[in-house]
Amino acid sequence: MIDFLVRNPRLGRLFDLLLPLLATLAALAVGAIMLQLLGANPFVAYRALLEGAFGSQNALADTIVRATPLLLVGLGICIAFRAGVINIGGEGQFIAGALPATLLGLSFPDAPAIIIVPAALLCGFLGGAVWGSIPGLLKAYFNVNEILSTIMLNIIALQFMNFLLRGPMIDPVQLQAASAIPQTARLNPAFDLPRWVPTRLHAGALLAVALAVVVYILLWRTTIGYRIRAVGFNPDASRYAGINVKRNIVLALLLSGAFAGLAGAVQVYGVSHRMITDGSAAGFTGSAGFNGIVAALFGKLHPLGAIPASFIFGALIVGANSLQRAMQVPAALITALNGLVVVFVVCSDIFSRRLARRRQIGVVEVGSKGAGEQGGGGAGERPAAAANVGPPDSGGVKPAPPATAAKVSAPIKPVAPVAGKEASSD
Amino acid sequence: MISQLFTEAVLIGILTSGIRLATPYLFASIGEMFGQRSGVLNLGVEGMMLMGAFAAFYVTLTTGSPWLGLLASILVGTLMGLAMAVISVTFQAEQGISGIGVYLFGLGMSELLFKKMLGTVETVSGFRPLAIPVLSDIPIIGPILFQQSAMVYLAYLLVPVAWFVLYRTTFGLKIRAVGENPAAADSLGVSVKRTRYMTVTLGGALAGVAGASLSIALLNVFQQNLTSGIGFIAVALVYFGGWRPYGVLFGALLFSMVNALQLWIQALNIPIPFDASELLIMMPYVLTILVLMFSAGRVRKPSALGAIYERGT
Repeated sequence: MIDFLVRNPRLGRLFDLLLPLLATLAALAVGAIMLQLLGANPFVAYRALLEGAFGSQNALADTIVRATPLLLVGLGICIAFRAGVINIGGEGQFIAGALPATLLGLSFPDAPAIIIVPAALLCGFLGGAVWGSIPGLLKAYFNVNEILSTIMLNIIALQFMNFLLRGPMIDPVQLQAASAIPQTARLNPAFDLPRWVPTRLHAGALLAVALAVVVYILLWRTTIGYRIRAVGFNPDASRYAGINVKRNIVLALLLSGAFAGLAGAVQVYGVSHRMITDGSAAGFTGSAGFNGIVAALFGKLHPLGAIPASFIFGALIVGANSLQRAMQVPAALITALNGLVVVFVVCSDIFSRRLARRRQIGVVEVGSKGAGEQGGGGAGERPAAAANVGPPDSGGVKPAPPATAAKVSAPIKPVAPVAGKEASSD
Repeated sequence: MISQLFTEAVLIGILTSGIRLATPYLFASIGEMFGQRSGVLNLGVEGMMLMGAFAAFYVTLTTGSPWLGLLASILVGTLMGLAMAVISVTFQAEQGISGIGVYLFGLGMSELLFKKMLGTVETVSGFRPLAIPVLSDIPIIGPILFQQSAMVYLAYLLVPVAWFVLYRTTFGLKIRAVGENPAAADSLGVSVKRTRYMTVTLGGALAGVAGASLSIALLNVFQQNLTSGIGFIAVALVYFGGWRPYGVLFGALLFSMVNALQLWIQALNIPIPFDASELLIMMPYVLTILVLMFSAGRVRKPSALGAIYERGT
């Protein structure tokens, strides 16, 4: 079959695009078996799920509302993973963005909304950027694996939020009440993001879609994005080409965190209008930090692909709730299915890679802009820590030939999530 | 007052809980260490622990035997480990991301099973403290070290066993060879795939046991997301410990002792400048980052960690 796909490049590309869908179908098939074992008719159950997600105007609006943070986080994930860094810190960065955004709104309750709302979203962006740059700096300059540091920073951000919501930032009303629910006061309703009444759909969704286009342009039409992708594609070749690998790793994690932080701010101003904690991160974030990874992967790490992908996962989450109501199937089933989707999607990558190899392309043009610039003395540095920890292709990379021309050429390797996707950009 | 901490009873209490709290970290980290030494990063430990914890809890609850519960957790952990091996070795999937998938699966699946099969949070009579004759009567050291449950003894026994396997057996040599230079190991007739299958499956089994140590020895309950990050910390402790059994032991002990300290500070209601138990909970995590910062540059990780190995490439 592979031979057939190699001979028909158009079909081959279609196959690449369809793979995640096939992987999802496989995951849903496993889900059907699980539903059957739980004593629920899988067809009835999946129908309940679909109706819950798309069945009415409100359902559709809820799906988009749930998809919005996934898309925003997912955009950041696209940037980080394209740079070859694995950002598991979405949960913490989401919180790190929501906190300053909320604080701003609470501090100036009487200020005009036209100033506060954009400023708050900016606060969210910056808060996430700060929290994301920490693992970036740790990775670039202290050789600390970003997977580990982002996990630690998730817990630290969660505990810091719990501390603030139970103490300094608690709603004065709750402080009087015996219940003392750890939550902030409600933000001035004037600050609520514009909403499409009577549904819960808010303007944050539009912002997220617009930003997806911005991230696409950033990654594929600017020098910054070119450098970020080059670093992820082949750190050694990038360094020889004069790209400052360390700086770009920090930048990628910073931007990645910034989008997660913005997601947090949008969630507060668009949906919850206050911060509240049940002690767990998921209680506030709705696991957007993790599900955003799922959505980004599903969209093949392409910002525009992340739009339909996050819509699908938003639908799954909303549908799962109605599944729970209609058939007493715990919504945790969807968490498990999400996990299966991730596993199946990354496992199916092997077929894309095999196809790519069979196409007999030895060298791929990464791009032609930006290389050859003065990259801040990056060429003389010792191999960046990042290069050894990040993408799976870098573990055994042989030093790439120095790229002296204005083009960086990198041999295709069996790269998991990054390679093979270059095709989708042009 | 802070001086409350320095009474004999409290110090013994802190050390006793510190020793006990290290148990799940030891099982999970030692298991993870085997996988990483052979070149496979398994980030799904947390999910495997949750599944193991539920299996152990359920079987112990229905049969009344914690040993059967332990066996169940080993079985479930082995299956999860085998699945991870298929994903990372056969399908050569990106290990960091597929691990997150396995984590999400374990998180959702254990909650699903818990809600469907039990529904409410109950306690179980798991492993009880087992005083070792003679040794447990030694003042101070006795209560700290020798009045723990069987799971705790097993966890500490695992460390020298792991050291022996890794450095004194052919299997251990193969693991290290495969993790450092798979191509060279392969050319000498060591099966990279088989070695990695074995280490990752072993890691899964131990992650299952780590979960069991929580649900039927330390806490004796099960609830959704029981492990709440312990599996991820266990992965960090492998880096922390420089991929060596005794390093892992040191890391697990340090982490648990700091944790025990903050728990006791909370329990004793010692007045600290402001009411901030959450800031105390952060301590072990901040400490882990700091230690990673200063140790990461000095310890060399297995060269092939996280890399996909394919013959003839």
